[in-house]
Amino acid sequence: MNVPGELQADLYKGFWVYMEQEEGRLLPVGLELLGKGRELADEMGEVLTAVILGQDIAALGEEALRYGADEVLLADHPLLTGFNTDAYTKVMADIIEARKPNVLLMGATFNGRDLAGRLAVRLSTGLTAHVTRLEVDKESSLLLSAVPGFGGSILAVIKTEFGRPQMSTVSPGIFKPLEPDDVRRGKVERVDVRLRQSDIRCRVLEREVVPAEDIGSAERIIVAGMGTGGDMKLVDDLAAALHASTGVTRPLVDIGVAPREKQVGSTGVSLRSKLVVVLGASGASHFVAGLRDADTVIALNKDKEAPIFDESDVCVVGDIFEILPRLLEELEGKVMVV
Amino acid sequence: MVPKPEEVTLDPETKTLDRANAENVLNPPDKNALETALRLKEAHGGTVTLISMGPPLFRKYLELCLGMGADRAILLSDRTFAGADTYPTSLTLAKGIQKLKTCDLVICGEESSDASTAQVPPGLAEWLDMSLVTFADEVAVHGNTVRARRTLGSSYEILEADMPAVVSVVVGSNEPRFPDFDRVEEAAGSDWVQVWAAADLGLKEEDIGLKGSYTIVHELVEGEPVERKREFLEGGMEEKVKALAKALEPFLEA
Ligand SMILES: Cc1cc2nc3c(=O)[nH]c(=O)nc-3n(C[C@H](O)[C@H](O)[C@H](O)COP(=O)(O)OP(=O)(O)OC[C@H]3O[C@@H](n4cnc5c(N)ncnc54)[C@H](O)[C@@H]3O)c2cc1C
Repeated sequence: MNVPGELQADLYKGFWVYMEQEEGRLLPVGLELLGKGRELADEMGEVLTAVILGQDIAALGEEALRYGADEVLLADHPLLTGFNTDAYTKVMADIIEARKPNVLLMGATFNGRDLAGRLAVRLSTGLTAHVTRLEVDKESSLLLSAVPGFGGSILAVIKTEFGRPQMSTVSPGIFKPLEPDDVRRGKVERVDVRLRQSDIRCRVLEREVVPAEDIGSAERIIVAGMGTGGDMKLVDDLAAALHASTGVTRPLVDIGVAPREKQVGSTGVSLRSKLVVVLGASGASHFVAGLRDADTVIALNKDKEAPIFDESDVCVVGDIFEILPRLLEELEGKVMVV
Repeated sequence: MVPKPEEVTLDPETKTLDRANAENVLNPPDKNALETALRLKEAHGGTVTLISMGPPLFRKYLELCLGMGADRAILLSDRTFAGADTYPTSLTLAKGIQKLKTCDLVICGEESSDASTAQVPPGLAEWLDMSLVTFADEVAVHGNTVRARRTLGSSYEILEADMPAVVSVVVGSNEPRFPDFDRVEEAAGSDWVQVWAAADLGLKEEDIGLKGSYTIVHELVEGEPVERKREFLEGGMEEKVKALAKALEPFLEA
């Protein structure tokens, strides 16, 4: 084990972003982390490196440069085509041990969380999950990762003093990608991949990739909370009338009403929508973390004291089941121009 | 076991979550993990051992789980375990599992509902040098392998992992059975539950709890509030509906 005192922190240099790819395409969350990483790396005086694992991924390296990376490390290997927990963990751990980065950010996706959780133990370092804010500490130059606390609007600011790299996972939609710069150049380096079939103890027999709906980029969205009682019919009707997408709070995912990718909040998706209509959600801090970048928030709740109203532009106190049917009638006359 | 979220406060002195006064409930996905284990036992035999890290009062939750059909329970409990992040938590649990000597499958809930990191199952696989399947919603055993469906939102994959393996199970993946209350009563106070402390696991104080954690709370801050208009629509139901329709109007022409 790494005894804290033994760490020679100044040996660790570089600000890394792990870029997850799926079927040869970079996931948006990696580009978002490069955007934030650019700002933080400059502040820390670090080189910003994108790390990509896959097969035939040269084009992805160029893309990462356009989105702000100074340099790219490509691990290109047939056994890395799709995510495999053993192969990806081994290759990432090898690269990190050889090159000793100071910081490593990863998307809080299913695969990202699997990989990050293993790396933190294998490399003996700290890992902060579902970060909603990232900063550099002026005094120590350490990475400060803020996560929503319980209740209220308290954020717990977490740091890793005695482990490297300093690791955090971030949900999709929290940060914004930079505008791609087509003339931006940088070094793309292929790393040696030492991987044998026998390193793999968990094999993927079959994979069914259904492209997930990216609710984070929806222009208009109706978000249902527990106040809807899980009745998505009314919610879908309103969404249809407004040509909007739909999202939910976490308890509705937990009871199986909607898939995980429709969850809004710190452990779900952050919305960048022009319009968010929130139906029957109390406004817990973990949920409202997903509303920060929305332009207009309209909330409907029968409890006039509900905290969601502090986070809303238009506040409607009332019962969903009374107001929505009437609202749908009212909207019917207004033809939507898209 | 997790505290009910609304009952947890932050201790401003130690800057840690104060779960001491919160009422606890069994972490929802852990029930699905236990149901998975019990079904595998019914199909293949073997024993189901519960293992949990927490204060002595967790014993009564373990007794409930024994009532569901588990064979025995180990509670890892020691004051020095307090304040642990996922690094020493997974280490402590791993030491407990190693002390069991034989273990083919470690089945866990996908994440805890209080911290939601999902970092303990991958951490366990590392400490125990076992194979890993995360976010499974179907788990079956074939010979020396475990075959599982791993969910990735609306995508999924079918995995085959060599045993021994750590498998994390998603919430809602099955219908957990109810405890048999006669069995719960039999479990109460019995030696089906054993309590192991740090010394029993050969763990040193600097490796566990707050001291063994790499992540530190630097400070607690008030999140900057987003400026919102907070305009309440007035009047009776009809007026509210009309005003709401009007508020939505600008968005109708996108
Ligand atoms: C680590 C962690 C991470 C989390 N991450 C997330 C996350 O990413 N996203 C998330 O959503 N949650 C998250 N949560 C859960 C979060 O803390 C809350 O429990 C959750 O957001 C509450 O969902 P809700 O508002 O739908 O339900 P509730 O809190 O039960 O609120 C229901 C609301 O509906 C209103 N209501 C009831 N009936 C009606 C009616 N007929 N008409 C109008 N209003 C009505 C009630 O007044 C109430 O305000 C997380 C929690 C933890 C601990």
